[in-house]
Amino acid sequence: MSASEIGFLALALLAVIGAAGVVLIDNPVRSALCLVLNFFVLGFIYFTLGAPMIGITQIMVYAGAIMVLFLFVIMMLKRQGAMAKPDKPDSRLGLAVVLGLALAVTVYATVIAPQGVTLPLGIKDYGTPQAVGVSLFTNFVWPFEVVSVLLLVGIVGSIMLAKRRI
Amino acid sequence: MLLPIATMVTEIPISWYLGLGLVMFCLGGVGVVVRRNPVVVFMCIELMLNAVNLTFLTFAAYGIYPGLNKATAYQSAMNGQMMVIFVMAVAAAEVAVGLGIIMAIFRLRNDVDVDDMSSLKN
Amino acid sequence: MDWLIALRDGTGPLGQWGPIVLGVIRVLLFVVPILTLVPGLIWWERRLLSWMQDRIGPNRTGTITFPESFPLAGLRGKKVRTFGLLQPIADGVKLFFKEDATPAAVDRLVYFTAPAVALFPAFALGGTLPIASLRYPFEAAGSGIFAFFTPVANVDIGILYVLAISSLGVYGVVLAGYASNNKYSLMGGLRASAQLISYELAMAMSLACVVMASGSMKIPDIVAFQEGPLWGFVNGVQNWAIFTPYGLVAAVIFVICMIAETNRAPFDLPEAENELIAGYHTEYSSMKFAVFFMGEYAAMFVFSGVFAAVFLGGANLMPFRWEQLSSDFPAMAGLFRGLAYANYWLGPVAFLAKQAAGITFFIWLRATLPRLRYDQLMNLGWKSLLPMGVANFIVVGLWVVCTQMFGPAGGFASLLGAFVVLFVLYTNLVGAAKTSTPGIQKRGIKMVDPTPQGVTMVDPNKV
Repeated sequence: MSASEIGFLALALLAVIGAAGVVLIDNPVRSALCLVLNFFVLGFIYFTLGAPMIGITQIMVYAGAIMVLFLFVIMMLKRQGAMAKPDKPDSRLGLAVVLGLALAVTVYATVIAPQGVTLPLGIKDYGTPQAVGVSLFTNFVWPFEVVSVLLLVGIVGSIMLAKRRI
Repeated sequence: MLLPIATMVTEIPISWYLGLGLVMFCLGGVGVVVRRNPVVVFMCIELMLNAVNLTFLTFAAYGIYPGLNKATAYQSAMNGQMMVIFVMAVAAAEVAVGLGIIMAIFRLRNDVDVDDMSSLKN
Repeated sequence: MDWLIALRDGTGPLGQWGPIVLGVIRVLLFVVPILTLVPGLIWWERRLLSWMQDRIGPNRTGTITFPESFPLAGLRGKKVRTFGLLQPIADGVKLFFKEDATPAAVDRLVYFTAPAVALFPAFALGGTLPIASLRYPFEAAGSGIFAFFTPVANVDIGILYVLAISSLGVYGVVLAGYASNNKYSLMGGLRASAQLISYELAMAMSLACVVMASGSMKIPDIVAFQEGPLWGFVNGVQNWAIFTPYGLVAAVIFVICMIAETNRAPFDLPEAENELIAGYHTEYSSMKFAVFFMGEYAAMFVFSGVFAAVFLGGANLMPFRWEQLSSDFPAMAGLFRGLAYANYWLGPVAFLAKQAAGITFFIWLRATLPRLRYDQLMNLGWKSLLPMGVANFIVVGLWVVCTQMFGPAGGFASLLGAFVVLFVLYTNLVGAAKTSTPGIQKRGIKMVDPTPQGVTMVDPNKV
């Protein structure tokens, strides 16, 4: 095994542990922490794919902002007495696992197995901030603007929802 | 002068990355079905979104099909990367609104459990 | 130099391990000074605070009184003072030997992880920070011996890396607050998460201004941009970001956000001792508390470094372009050449001096300003700093474009225009806010008349 393969397997193991923790752990705060681990490691996996800009954005947006928001809401709900009920997986667990495995096997057989041992194209510098910026403001300027409007709507909507009286 | 991990030129077959994405997606899907706490359900959805992001970036780096020429490959890589950025932006907006909805429901019913949220049933 | 190049390229005696060894050396050169200077900072903070508060402070630890029977006659009965410099060691010994109490109801795994999580971002933050000049005088960028040893990683995403890691700084506080299973700790954690999310945005806007002006996210490139001529036309002076109009605004925003991010007074709401006992670290004792303490000081140190690199010209001692001066004034070329070399070799010292100045500023603020109320904190973050940062961002864009199109005069003209527009907008908005119903009445809150019935206020001037 080469060094990069060992590196990838270590990162992937951490990511899977995080993902499994989100689903399996009873305590929502610990679930959230597992998700933070997953997102943080995913940032490094993006680095190995040659996309440092996306990787650092992943850490900044997901691990640094979205998950803090999640933790904030969980802790606030906990403080006000919600989430006292244990969230033990019940009879649906068996069915869910079977369906999940079926999905995994199907996708593996139809998408991943035919890929074989394709190796990366080795495109240079496609993930640098310059490349991302140029692409974002030339070919993708309309989606970019639409997303900015969406974010504005999101801000207004969340304020409308959260404030008792405007 | 770069971090070793950033310069690590991957000789890893594409199936490893796709497999990781698949595992994460399926775990997220199972979580959405199994868990009853809406915040955790929401986190599982985020997990699925991230699995999709990983797949987008993998295909960006490896090419969707073999034999792309240089210019098309670059454009295809950019496209995959841009999708990730837009998914991130949409996820951020979604989280802001979704958590607002959860807080509003909590204020209304003083409890949060997706199984009890059946006011619109029948 | 040759062996360093061989080491970096992996062709030296160490082979493939060369770059890794060099990387480890770079990390050590960055982290060891922080670890060794943190106790000194604690001493400095205690001494400086006590001077500002008209006390003496810890000045006794380390005083050696030689006995009358001491072999050296000159020292008999003399006292040798070290100004209390050994106080941090005494503090450390105290913290080591205190009882390490763990409350019964804590979430043990998270409780023990939280201090480590708090320490990590403080040390990782400076990974892209150059602590010395990367350019030997009169040569191209990347020359000189310091270029091999700093920064730890010169990546394209330098500033974004700083922002990403600093946004992880909240986890230590939030986890400690949650795991302690204590109402006040939880309040501290909640406050910290809201505070850090709010100030992260304004900080990103202020750094983005400098990134836009310099055209690069690499911190060494930003330092190189600051070594250019001031405002693009004053040849002898360096263009430190804090000397430019937009950079000054950005620097003020950054300093405020930096204090909020490190949870220092006046933004120490997560650990406000007279409201929340000690906030998130109430339940932590002994070394676990010491780790939080160290994380705070390391974060101060590294954030001061970011400020020095991005706004204060990095590792340049004085804002003069010695190389340019030596060619502009041939009569004094020798002196200026010498100063250029001195500036290069004293780079790390200059950087440390700027960091020390930054930390002194932190301590000065702590001694001067009272703690903000929570709504004041949120108002400052969301209603003042963020709009100011966004407006500044637009102004920088105008400045850059106008300077490119019309030269330096265009830049200043755009600045003037932007100022006029902002002033008109601001006055109109304030006027509109004054004429509309005050928010407090709209929310149905009744204000109590401050003058009680029957009591007439007497104008002191008319008595």
